Amino acid sequence: MNLVAENLSYKPDEQFHLDEVSFDFKKGNIYTILGRTLSGKTTLLKTIAGLLTPDTGAMQFEDKDFLKVPVWERNIAMVYQQFINYPHLNVFENVAFPLKQRKIDDQVIADEVTKSLKSVGLEGYENRKIQELSGGQQQRVSLARSLVKNAKILLLDEPLVNLDYKLREQLREEFKNIFSQGLSEDSIVVFSTTDPREAMELNGEVIVLDEGKVLQVGPAKEIFENPKTLKVAEISNDPPMNILKAIIQENKIIFEEIKVDLPSHLSNLKEKNFNLGIRASDIELSDSGFEFEVELAEISGSETLLHLKRGNARIITSIEEVLNFNIHDKLKINFNSNKVYAFNENGVLASSPFGGSYV
Amino acid sequence: MGKLYKILKYFFITFWAVFVVAPFLWALTTSFKDFNSVNGGATYIPWVDFEPKLEGWRVLIKSPANGGVDIIEPYFNSLFVTCTASLISIILGTLSAYALSRFTFKAGFVKNNDITFFFISQRIMPPIVLSIPFFLFLGAINLLDSLIGLIVVYIVLLMPIAVWIMVDFFNKVPREIDETALIDGCNPYQAFFKVVLPNSIPGLIVAGMFCIIFGWIDFFFAFILTFTEVQLLPVKIVALNSSITPWWSLSASALISVAPLIIVAFVVERYLSKGNLSGAIK
Repeated sequence: MNLVAENLSYKPDEQFHLDEVSFDFKKGNIYTILGRTLSGKTTLLKTIAGLLTPDTGAMQFEDKDFLKVPVWERNIAMVYQQFINYPHLNVFENVAFPLKQRKIDDQVIADEVTKSLKSVGLEGYENRKIQELSGGQQQRVSLARSLVKNAKILLLDEPLVNLDYKLREQLREEFKNIFSQGLSEDSIVVFSTTDPREAMELNGEVIVLDEGKVLQVGPAKEIFENPKTLKVAEISNDPPMNILKAIIQENKIIFEEIKVDLPSHLSNLKEKNFNLGIRASDIELSDSGFEFEVELAEISGSETLLHLKRGNARIITSIEEVLNFNIHDKLKINFNSNKVYAFNENGVLASSPFGGSYV
Repeated sequence: MGKLYKILKYFFITFWAVFVVAPFLWALTTSFKDFNSVNGGATYIPWVDFEPKLEGWRVLIKSPANGGVDIIEPYFNSLFVTCTASLISIILGTLSAYALSRFTFKAGFVKNNDITFFFISQRIMPPIVLSIPFFLFLGAINLLDSLIGLIVVYIVLLMPIAVWIMVDFFNKVPREIDETALIDGCNPYQAFFKVVLPNSIPGLIVAGMFCIIFGWIDFFFAFILTFTEVQLLPVKIVALNSSITPWWSLSASALISVAPLIIVAFVVERYLSKGNLSGAIK
């Protein structure tokens, strides 16, 4: 049976933390909840875990009213973004804790714990204290503790966010391996993140959440190619997709005195005023392009993020090179018009280069 | 520069050590003096300055029938009352502190912080304000002049301290630890006893220490709420004072009464130096 939720709402204060959230999670799949901070990701995971009770709505799992099952009987596992372990126990005891609760034979526990620690690359650390471990190792311990239970629902709440860049990359790879091999056919994995790249890489079903509302559900590729609204486009791209007010005139897209040839996929637009969406990576430096002023240049890894300005238009581009620009430098850029998106004035996708439209 | 610093450092440490230790040495020598030695001017070194006598200590043990004051019974009364009241205060205080830290209470405009303040507010009033109600209350339930009555009063006085310290401590323990315990199959009671409590030992020790100190040194309530049946140490010590002030037995009993606190201080200090008090939870 699936984990099915209908119209979960939770409003502890002025704002909705969850607003009519429904989903249908199937066993053996990975679900990624993508949303900015405070979008309700943690609230949703805690609701699935049973740590929060929604004000209204229903949730079913294995033919049971899941909202009536207390947390400790739900057989779930959860990894927090903070590295949460039991500080008074060593690594082995930490991982063994959930099994001890089930009163399993000691020898079986020892075997399972060893197996689990091995799968996260922590064999040999059994007798270490938690405080002696690095952040990445602490997070591995809590992952091992979650895996050892063989829970039917595994919840991961931004598990990589508090790690440094290198560890994050490394652990993300391992997550993918663990998810593809180590999980049984009847577990559901729910992974929450603010990072669109993480969502794309895990390549499961993505649920885009904002202000407690589900904006779009679909395979990672579909969300990336055909974001339903401006908001989704913003959330599912890092840096966020550039949005510019534009009009169509005489087979040209016009914005800020820039004229770009109208690509074929936009030729059927009904409205002439629209929001033009273009990814930071679809903008390139070009001597024959349009002049912009640099507001900020950030070098991150091997790419350069340029924050540019022209009149009222502000855009961000990412260039796959390390470039040195100063503030107020002028440069010329070109837009890859075959890759632009059109959203109508209400922010709904009117046309995408991949053929999607929600108008 | 380095040398001067070192000299200054040791100078001040020595100065402070003398400042702290001198009264104890003074009490110690005085406890071995008799009437003549005490009144014979400032003398400090036994056998040289004065002839040491054990009379000051003997009086404390002897029964009143033999001309003594018998401090042993009040001593154990004090130990019993302080330890029992502290233990109960810590148990009740920890449980209520955990509830105040983790669960949301609401009765009209009264919320968690108000309840916490209510506990602490019990200690804002000067003791004299509480003395009359306590007296009438204990009188009404026939517990005046009894150990149980004193324990009840001390629990009222000590529990706010325990609640105050433990609420603050639990607020610093991440909620996610409790939640993880629930997720890992503990019911709320198991989560508290198996996970939260073992990680709260430093807080319990600090709270326990404060309870024991405040319970042990209280004179006021012990004085007001007891008469003849039951006596606590601070009251008994003051009662030593008669027409002739017996400085020797006063000094001896002062040393005896400080002893348990010194033991508590050493235990806590050892625990502190092991680094167990800090850093248990990041």
